[in-house]
Amino acid sequence: MFPALVDGVTVGALYALLALGPSLVYGLLRVLDVANAAALVLGAYLGVTLFRHGLPWWLGALGGMAGAAILGLLLQRFLYRPLLDRGPLVVLVASIGIFIALEEAFRLIWGPYPYQFPVNVPLPHGTIAGTPVTGVQVLMLVIGVVILLGSWWVLGHTRLGFTWRATAQDRETARAMGINVNRVIAGIFATGYALAALAGVLFAIRYNTVTPDMGDVPAYKMLAIIVLGGLGNPMGTILAAFVIGLAESVVNTYWGFILPRDTIAFLVLIAILLIRPAGLLPKGVTRA
Amino acid sequence: MSYFLVIATTVVIYAVLSVGLNIAVGYAGQPHLAQGAFLGIGAYMVAVFSTRYGLSFWLCVLIAIVVTALSGFVLGVISLRLRDDFLAIVTIGLNFVVVAIFQYVPWFGGATGVYAIPLPSIGGHEFGNPEFLLLGLVMLAISVAVSGYISRTWLGLGLASIRDDELASASSGTPVASFKIAAFVVASAIAGMAGALYAPFLSAVTPTSFGFTESIVMLAMVMFGGVGTIRGAILGAIVLGALPEAFRFVSDYRLLIFGAILVLVLRFQPHGIIGTDSAAANAWKRLFSRPPKTEYDASCNDAASAMSVAVHGEPEQPGDGKD
Repeated sequence: MFPALVDGVTVGALYALLALGPSLVYGLLRVLDVANAAALVLGAYLGVTLFRHGLPWWLGALGGMAGAAILGLLLQRFLYRPLLDRGPLVVLVASIGIFIALEEAFRLIWGPYPYQFPVNVPLPHGTIAGTPVTGVQVLMLVIGVVILLGSWWVLGHTRLGFTWRATAQDRETARAMGINVNRVIAGIFATGYALAALAGVLFAIRYNTVTPDMGDVPAYKMLAIIVLGGLGNPMGTILAAFVIGLAESVVNTYWGFILPRDTIAFLVLIAILLIRPAGLLPKGVTRA
Repeated sequence: MSYFLVIATTVVIYAVLSVGLNIAVGYAGQPHLAQGAFLGIGAYMVAVFSTRYGLSFWLCVLIAIVVTALSGFVLGVISLRLRDDFLAIVTIGLNFVVVAIFQYVPWFGGATGVYAIPLPSIGGHEFGNPEFLLLGLVMLAISVAVSGYISRTWLGLGLASIRDDELASASSGTPVASFKIAAFVVASAIAGMAGALYAPFLSAVTPTSFGFTESIVMLAMVMFGGVGTIRGAILGAIVLGALPEAFRFVSDYRLLIFGAILVLVLRFQPHGIIGTDSAAANAWKRLFSRPPKTEYDASCNDAASAMSVAVHGEPEQPGDGKD
């Protein structure tokens, strides 16, 4: 049981990192942003490139996060904000289009072959109850806890979270109350893309590989997670990320399910949605 | 010549698919990102039944249409329970589930798929490239006829009202549930018909050729040409379907160009290239709706509105300018 739990929780932490950004974006704009997963790929590539030029891995991760944040700022300014009036489906398809184009661009820049990302994260590691736990898994666990507590604190108890909630509740009124709505949107995009880039670097270290299509499956799983968490509900999203991560690991390990791991997320999603059509935690902050 | 025929057939199959998809996405306004999966279901039905059970191609076409229509019915029932974004994501998930079923259920031939699908024949005459193109055009004619017929019936009107405001539509008596299900059933059955042609045309089917990417390509075709119009769906299929061939010399850049074109069209021509209210359609109206010199024509009403657009600029959309 234990290896599956460790695996599920650590992968769940990565999903949470990836899905938190688009969940916050959905809360603000009511659009689904698939291109967020391109930030995962970009972060991993920038990270591994800096690493191969002799920088320590954590500086590479920071570089990747910075690059992804810039990507997020550009996309929200020149793609999403002008499209907002066109309805959610147009934005969804546009974001899938930009995701495909970006992945191809990465393939052209860095080539189709996988890069290795051999890093030993110098954190206490060893075996717990006979299960080997690597340094990067410890790091993923720590980050998972930090993300969970951090977003609960930031969203509920800081000025930043307050402006996000106000804008998510009613953009017009928030603007009238003197909140710079465009700056909130830009900040959320930059943060979300940077978190996704961090997830990309951790993914790359965990599996010791960076490929142009490493964002494909996470992209759509990320959508499943946001929906499961009750669209636009950040805490629900984080919960759903861990639920999906654990469900995948446990079902895969114990039942030897006939379908592959990546399908389980969608089966769980469809089943849960048919029972609870508004997600696991439907009463998000945005549903006032 | 045969190369041209193959490309033309591919484009025609895509046109059938996007005309069908347009019924769910354009007429009924439902987010549907799983048309590729229905294409796959149709193709696999023909592949399995004609290779393993030796059924005739034409019987297999019927099976494919019935099975995809039933699958469409299931999706339609699901769509009653879920709205908008939730439905969009469930349809995305369907792609992965269907591909995984093809991949892991032995009956469907596993990861290698089904090979050596027999060529269809009619009256003892075996199909070649020209016959495939011809049958594709017949299917396109059928789907255009069905789609055009629907847009003129109560079903079409009801779907349009569901698209614009589901609640208001329901309260004025539209049978929302059965109309929505009907839209999904027709869209899927058309995809199944296209898939039935696709399988023997390729002579082999593999699970991964019917995934999410295909569904996105089809939705992109509908949106590229202009959501809600048959001409738009066909133009999208022609341009985006022939594009990979046209850009073969820069084959590395195909998906990049595809994604970029999709984004640029949505960003700068959100009504599609020739959709209702698109720049091209409005220009066409301005150019050709002038009262003809020889005879009086009823289209002068259009001309008057086109004139007023020309003089006063585009009328404000009700939703515009509030932000």
